[in-house]
Parts: sequence; structure tokens; C-alpha cells
Amino acid sequence: MEFFKIRRDIPFMRHALVFNIISAVTFIIAVVLLATRGLNYSIEFTGGTLLEVHYPHAVAVDDVRKALEEKGYKDFSVQNFGSSSDLLVRLPLKAGQTTSALSDNVMQALQAHDQGATNQRAEFVGPQVGKELAYNGGLALLITSLGIVGYLALRFEWKFGVAAIIANLHDVVIILGFFALFQWEFSLPVLAAVLAVLGYSVNESVVVADRIRENFRKMRKAGVTEVIDSAITRTISRTIITHGCTQLMVTSMLIFGGEALHYFALALTIGILFGIYSSVLVMAPLVRWLGVRREDLIKPVRAHRDEAVV
Amino acid sequence: MNRYPVWVYVTVAVAVLLGALYTLPNFFGEAPAVQISPARAAVNVDSGVLATVETALKNANLQPTGVLQEANSVKVRLADVDTQTRAKDVIDQALNPDKNSPSFTVAPNLVSLSPGWLSYIHSLPMYLGLDLRGGVHFMLQVNMEAALTKRLDGLAGSVRAALRDKNVRYAGIARERNTLVVRFRDAATRTQARGVIEASQPDLQLVDAGEGEDLRLVGSIKPEAASRIQSEALNQNIQILHNRVNELGVAEPVIQQQGADRVVVELPGVQDTTRAQEILGRTATLEVRLVDEEAMRSGSQLNVDVFPEHRRDGSVNYVPTKRQVIVTGDQFVGARATFDQNSQPAVSVELDQGGGNAMRQATRENIKHLMAIVLIEKGKGEAISVATIQSEFGSQFQITGLFSPTETNNLALLIRAGALAAPMDIVEARTVGPSLGAENIKKGFDSTLYGFSALSLFILVYYVVFGLFSVGALCVNLLFLIALLSVMQATLTLPGIAAIALTLGMAIDANVLINERIREELRNGSTPQAAISAGYERAFGTILDSNVTTLIAGLALLIFGSGPVRGFAVVHCLGILTSIFSSVVVSRALVNLTYGSRRKLARVAIGNTSWK
Repeated sequence: MEFFKIRRDIPFMRHALVFNIISAVTFIIAVVLLATRGLNYSIEFTGGTLLEVHYPHAVAVDDVRKALEEKGYKDFSVQNFGSSSDLLVRLPLKAGQTTSALSDNVMQALQAHDQGATNQRAEFVGPQVGKELAYNGGLALLITSLGIVGYLALRFEWKFGVAAIIANLHDVVIILGFFALFQWEFSLPVLAAVLAVLGYSVNESVVVADRIRENFRKMRKAGVTEVIDSAITRTISRTIITHGCTQLMVTSMLIFGGEALHYFALALTIGILFGIYSSVLVMAPLVRWLGVRREDLIKPVRAHRDEAVV
Repeated sequence: MNRYPVWVYVTVAVAVLLGALYTLPNFFGEAPAVQISPARAAVNVDSGVLATVETALKNANLQPTGVLQEANSVKVRLADVDTQTRAKDVIDQALNPDKNSPSFTVAPNLVSLSPGWLSYIHSLPMYLGLDLRGGVHFMLQVNMEAALTKRLDGLAGSVRAALRDKNVRYAGIARERNTLVVRFRDAATRTQARGVIEASQPDLQLVDAGEGEDLRLVGSIKPEAASRIQSEALNQNIQILHNRVNELGVAEPVIQQQGADRVVVELPGVQDTTRAQEILGRTATLEVRLVDEEAMRSGSQLNVDVFPEHRRDGSVNYVPTKRQVIVTGDQFVGARATFDQNSQPAVSVELDQGGGNAMRQATRENIKHLMAIVLIEKGKGEAISVATIQSEFGSQFQITGLFSPTETNNLALLIRAGALAAPMDIVEARTVGPSLGAENIKKGFDSTLYGFSALSLFILVYYVVFGLFSVGALCVNLLFLIALLSVMQATLTLPGIAAIALTLGMAIDANVLINERIREELRNGSTPQAAISAGYERAFGTILDSNVTTLIAGLALLIFGSGPVRGFAVVHCLGILTSIFSSVVVSRALVNLTYGSRRKLARVAIGNTSWK
């Protein structure tokens, strides 16, 4: 079986401008969404208290909300978690609150309302921890980007490093844009997924870059555009098969992984889909615009003689 | 061209065998057990204890299915959870006749059912994180600011004593925020004082300030001394947490320093967070009181508090003390095991300024009388030291007597336990119920299983025999990954399981690259043998590059991540390393073994490669 039998090179570069405009527009929309709506950070980042409560039967969210309001709690949120008999209760951080006594009190209130309520999971995060997490997350993103640019510059040429990281950061921003648009919860596992996608998408750029270098060697007479077109065409099959395979795993996580892995898998899905697009259709045009030349990748071989003068 | 030397096949075979051997224990599951470990440092779990346990179980008609002796702890394996609960009570009763001061921690635990010979070669199952087995996780932050102010308070007392000792006339000593300010009326005295302070307090950095009549010497703690004080405070708090956790009776608690000022406490299996928090957050207090010698002689209980004292010979002595408290725990600055001028073991205690003053007054009036240091925990007091006051003293004194160095260490520890070096706040708390843990394992396992099956099926259909090699390489990759995690005894969490699934999904990339390359070579007219060889060689550079970039992201996560992200990053990074080996070397070995020896290979089964 084979899905892609492409004999002639597809002229991807002819439409480069169109792709770049599409990317730029999506990118700008994502940035605007991030700026206006912002991310819905999990309590790991914001600090606060979270309770996962299981009931032996389906429970009405509104009733629980009322029960908690009667006990004098404010600013909390109650929502279903996976099934109608599981609830997630979130409470914001209060000034001066440093212990997790709150979760016990809330649990008592919930049990007073319904005997069957059992505490599945409780989390309390203080304010200083959240700030640190956000800072470390940003730092990890920066170090990863610099590391990748550095490595690609070393192995290929700086133009590839720069183009690859722009293409892939564009993926990251778009993933975040989705999280801002739908107000999905941005938690630590999602951050891990975003960084994993960054590393993974760069694979694509590496594969394409490798092929471009090889083509420069082989296709002596071809111009830069043909070389790039050929490189993309020759690797497109592998790109789609690989991403499809990874996506099979991720889809399985989406289906069987439950709520805990839901957003993690969702972030990966978006990252994988945009990864195909960006590394092929964002990175390659960028490389061309940065003015890549045959000489950049193929160092002229010095004349070497066996005879030596002593 | 497609033949490996024999040693490569042998290496691959040995690696796979080792991988299988170290993955094996994970499949045996776990059985309920009761773990017995010492609750106090002085107690040992020896054969005598083992005999007591066995008799107690026999008397209660309980049959253990196995007894495992480890370094200073014993695990008794039992048939089911019901017998486990009963056995725990029976053993607890037999070993700890005095409920109030238990010598042993008897806690329910799980032991692996893997056979002994596997444990003998250190092949152990992976350690499950709290999100998979249930339990409580706390992160406590030590208030370092408070540790430093406390130390400065202590220094104020010492400086005052030193200046008085040398007859230096100062106008006042006070702590002002993070500095210690000593005031003088003339410059000559200040210079003299500086010499005295520098000689006696090497931790202080002194700066001249003020002019005219108001001359000051501003002392601050040197940075290196500050970091020493902070790390001491942290270690002391960790020690205190250890003692408290012992009391909770948790089988395998984790108490770890994290960063410069944090402590992580993980208590697997514990469900009662309220109690755990109460015990961890409890502050023991220390009180110094005078012993009522009158009441001691007459045995009167009138107007005295009586505290038990555990003597060296094992007997318990009841010490009546006066109600008035001279010094309390928060006035203690430190306690260290040292040696006195006669080279006898002693405990050197330091009090802050206020404590020093109170002590000086009390000791002046009560020379040759008895003084008791009482440690109050859980509302119950215990006299940890009863000693005769030999002379008047202030903020620094020594407790001497017939101590051994171990005893002085213990006493210093007890005093420090009462004087928490710095207050701690719980900055993160997480509880996971056991049913949620089991559910998480199932979800993680299911995602990996079904994802892996779907992926394998697709690759098999798409690449036929070469698909089989790729799937084989992927299986070996999984095997290596789990074996490595087991050998490292890394903690497996739900994000860790997700990382296993994701890593497998990404690792297939290498084989896709190779297989696509082989197809391409075939299409370009290469012979099958040449195509295989070229495919592997050309793809290798790309595989290496792409894995290095993925690894960069993984390492960044490992370095900057915490908690769940770290668990993900560890598995992710390991998976990248194992995948390079398995997808390149193992799959090539399989290919070479199948096709390499055939001289005239007309075609290989990698799917249809003709253009039609």
C-alpha cells in the first residue's frame, strides 16, 4: 500500500506567498486572542484550591453550587468533570490563606449536602509557586528555542535555524491561540505538550532541510526553488505518515485517557496538525526568502594533493 | 553489504534479554503487606523483632505468605487486604505495648509479587507516583527571613555578653530589620568594640555609621554565613519532618529538599489529609522550668506540673516542676552537640536576647538547684534534660553530664525539634484517592495499548515485512524504556505514561524515514540490497538531527519542569535515547538477519514500489 506516488515535483514555492499570508493571518489572530481573551490558567499557575468530588449517582451542578453558596463561599466554580457524577470545584486564593484547610471545609460542606460525596483529589497551590511555574515555563521555551536555533545553525546554516524556529514558534502561538479562543484549561501537562510539540515539529524542518542540502549536491543545475520543491515533494509522504502515526497514539489518548490527559492530547493534536503545515509551508519559503544558496550548505572542497613538500 | 558482524547480533540479543529481565517484575503485580520499621533512631528491627512478629501472627491464627527482611525493616506479605488489616493490628499490639511512645512504625504497604531471584539481581518494578497509587503530597516552604532574624536576635545577646565581658561601654544594642545596630558615644570605644565583635562573631560583617554623639556599628550577616544558616535551618526542618512523619506510620514516605528553601513530603497511601497536615504543621514547644525540689522530696503534687523523664537506664522518672516558665522554645536559637573543657560530650545551647536575660536572672538566684528542659508535643510534656545549675549564665550555656556523643546528639536534636529553626508554610498540597489512582493507571495503560495496536496495525499493512521489522523495533523500544525506568527506579506518573505513548508515536518516525527512503531507492532502480543499505545510511543523519532537536526540548523540560512535567520529561528524554538504538540498530539487525544473507534478492516486501 502506498498513499503518495508523486512523480513530478509539486511547485510548492509558486504559492509560497499565499501560504505565508495564511500563516501570518492565523498567527495574528492567535496573538490577538491571547492578548484579548488570555489563557485560562489552571490553579497550578494561579494558585487556589481544587477538589475533584465523586458521587455515587448523577448530581446537579446547580444544587451543589447553591449548597456551597449557602455556606458562604464566594467566587468558586463548579463543573462536571468527565461524567455527570464527577464534579470539579475550584476556589480562588484568598489573601493570607496558606494552608489547605479550605479543601477540608468545602468537603464537609459538600458531604452535608450529599452524604455520598467522596473526595477523589484535592489540590492546593500557594501564590508563590504559580509565579515560579510561569517563569520557569517561559524560560524552558526560550532555552529550547535558542538550543534548536543553535543546533540547526551548527548542522546546517543559521538561515535554517532561524526559519525553523520561526515556523515552530508559530505552531506554539497557534496552539496557545486555540486555548485562548476556547478557554480550555492551560495546565502544566499542556505546557509539557507544547514544548514536546516544539521539539517534534522541528523534526520536520530537519528532514526537509536535510533533503534541501542533499538536493543542492545532487541537482547541480537546478535553481533554489526547484531544489526546495523537490525536497518537499520527496519528504511529504514521510511527513504525513509519521504525523499520522503519532496522531494515532494521541487520538488514543484523547479517547481513552480521560479528563486528566484530555487537554494534553488536544494540545498535541493541534500541534501535530499545524506542525505538518508549518514546517513544510512556512519554514521552506522563509529559508528561500532569507536567501539560501548552494554555497551555504556545500562547503567548497579544497584541492587536496597526496604529494607533500617537506 | 547488509550483514552485521556476529557481535552486533549478540549485543542486540543481550540488550533485549536484559530489557526483558528488568521489565519482568512489573507484570507480577503487588500483594498487601505490613511493613515494620523503627520509629526511633535507637531501635533496630532485628531477628528478635521478627520472632515476636511471627509468634504474634501465629497466636492470632494469621498465615503470612512471605516475610521479607530488608535493611532495618521487615515486610510481612499477606493473602488479602482483610488479613492485612488484622495483621497490622496484631503486630502493632505485640511490638508497641505502650501506645503513647511506639518503638516501631507498623504500616500497611504493598510488596511486589515478583520472584526473589529477580529482586536479587536488582530487577524491581517501577515506582508508582502518587497520582497512580493515591496519597498525599505537600510542598512546604521554609521562611528563611525568619531564620535569619532569629539568628540576629541570638547574635545580639552574644555581642552584648562579649562587650560586657571586655568592659566596652556601648550605648545600646538592637536588631533593626536585617541588621544589628550597636550604638556608641565616642569613636575610640567603637574601634575597641569592633575588635571585640570581630574576634568573637566571625559571621557578622561590620560597617561604621553615624557621626558626632550618635556613632553606630551596623552588623549584618555575611552572605556565606547566611547561606550556611539557611541550609542548617532547612536540614533541621527536614529532620523534624522526618520525626513527625514517622509518627504517621507511613510505609515509604518521601521527604526531599527542593530548591533552596522548599521541602517536598509525599505520603503514599495516606488519605487523612487533615491529620497529616496537623502533624506536619505542628510546632512543638520547649520550656525551661525550675524543678520543685521540695515537691520532689515530699511527693506533693500541689502547684507543680509533673513531667516524665526517660532515663538512660530505661526507667521513667517523674519530675515535678514549678509552674513558672523561664524560657520558651521560640527563644532558643540553636543547640549543638559539642565537648566541654574536659573533653566530655556536652550540648551547647544558645538563647536569644530576651531568653538570655531571663535565664541570667533565674540562674543567679538558683545556683546548685535543678533546672528542667521540657519538650511539649501534642499537648504532652516530657523532661528531656534535668540538670543542676552550676553558675550564673545567660544566652549561652552548656548541658554537661554523663553523656555519650549519641546522647548529646539526640538531646540537641530534641531541643532543636522544639525550636523550629524557621516557620514553614504549606505552599502546595495534593491528595489523590486510591480509586482515582487505579483509574489513572487503567486510562494510561489503555491509551498506550490501543494507540500502540492501531499504530502497529497501520505500519504492518503499509510496509508489510518491513512494517514487521519496524513494529519489532518499536516493541524493543518499549521494552528498553520500561526496563530503564525500572532500573533507575524512576517514579512513574500519569504524564509519564502519556510520555511513553507519545514517545512511541514519535519514535516510529525513524522507521518511516528509513522505509520511505528504501522505497525511493527501489523506485530509482537500485537493487533491493543496495536500496536497504542506502536507505539506512542516508536516513541515519536525519534521524540523529531530528532526535537531537527533540532531546533539546526534552532536556529544557527536565531542567525547568517541576512536578508532573518532570515525570513527563524523564520518560520523554529516555525514550528518545532508546528509540535511536532500537529504530536504527535493532530494526537493521532484523532486516539483515532476514535479507542480508540472500545473494540474489529479487524483491523485498515493503509494499508496492512501482510507479503504477
